[in-house]
Amino acid sequence: MDSSPIDLRLLNDYQRNFPLTARPFAAIADELGTSEAEVIERFAALRAEGKLARIGPVIRPHAVGASTLAAMAVPPDEVEAIATLIAARAEVNHCYEREHPVNLWFVVTAADETAVNAVLTAIELHTGRKVIDLPLLAAYHIDLGFPL
Amino acid sequence: MNAIGPSPPIDDIDRRIIIATQAGLPLCERPYAALAEAVGLPATLVMQRLQRMLEARVIRRIGAVPNHYRLGYTANGMSVWDVDDDAITELGPAVGALDFVSHCYRRPRQLPLWPYNLFAMVHGRSRCEVTEKVAVIAAILGSQCRRHEVLYSTRILKKTGLRLTE
Repeated sequence: MDSSPIDLRLLNDYQRNFPLTARPFAAIADELGTSEAEVIERFAALRAEGKLARIGPVIRPHAVGASTLAAMAVPPDEVEAIATLIAARAEVNHCYEREHPVNLWFVVTAADETAVNAVLTAIELHTGRKVIDLPLLAAYHIDLGFPL
Repeated sequence: MNAIGPSPPIDDIDRRIIIATQAGLPLCERPYAALAEAVGLPATLVMQRLQRMLEARVIRRIGAVPNHYRLGYTANGMSVWDVDDDAITELGPAVGALDFVSHCYRRPRQLPLWPYNLFAMVHGRSRCEVTEKVAVIAAILGSQCRRHEVLYSTRILKKTGLRLTE
């Protein structure tokens, strides 16, 4: 990536073990040999540039509430309308269009399984199209971040 | 690897803390104190709860969540595999252990619409790079995999942290 060395370290080295201390940015500054103000300023700049989505806890799937991956095969001329309808729902936190006959992919998260199923049913009713429900059966990856 | 079993117990205070963090910690000198104020709890309690949830694996990690796409990883390939059911519990973890796989899950087939039961997300700077990485997965799965495809994303329509409605 074409960012400064400190930006790369902030994004790469702190994907986990972000300090759980009163002044975490000061702790990072000590490790990197810079100032707390500089660390906060760089993180804010990375967020403004869109390179940093957020800093915070990443929750294990199903640790809180229930969720599923859902998919739909939507004709090209209906993609825009159906995608807009899906993305507008608060229970949908990811929605991607992918190159495949099954072209709309989204994650539904709600308080429990019944609530998740109700969202899928509502989307089927509103669109008149089948929703493929692909709930997680096992996770084979401990998410420790992604080497940049 | 973690099988998806019953969730570790969390209470309403934990839920409030998690929900408040999903938009991101505030970028200020004392972010946990600011978070605590937003949820109306003492800062020491919020930090204790976060530590406890880390230890209980409710929280996988606390850290920076990069936007891969904006960092040049513009090829996002969801590789999907039709793996023999008897072999998947052994092969799934081997695929999940690859450092370029950011998510790896077993999901049910939904025949006839969807024949694949293993999902591995692969990011790359180009489709060529993703293709090379997918070949590594194919070599691991070998003859236990009947077929596979790679679904590239063409548009991110929405991507936010976890949201819960009460």
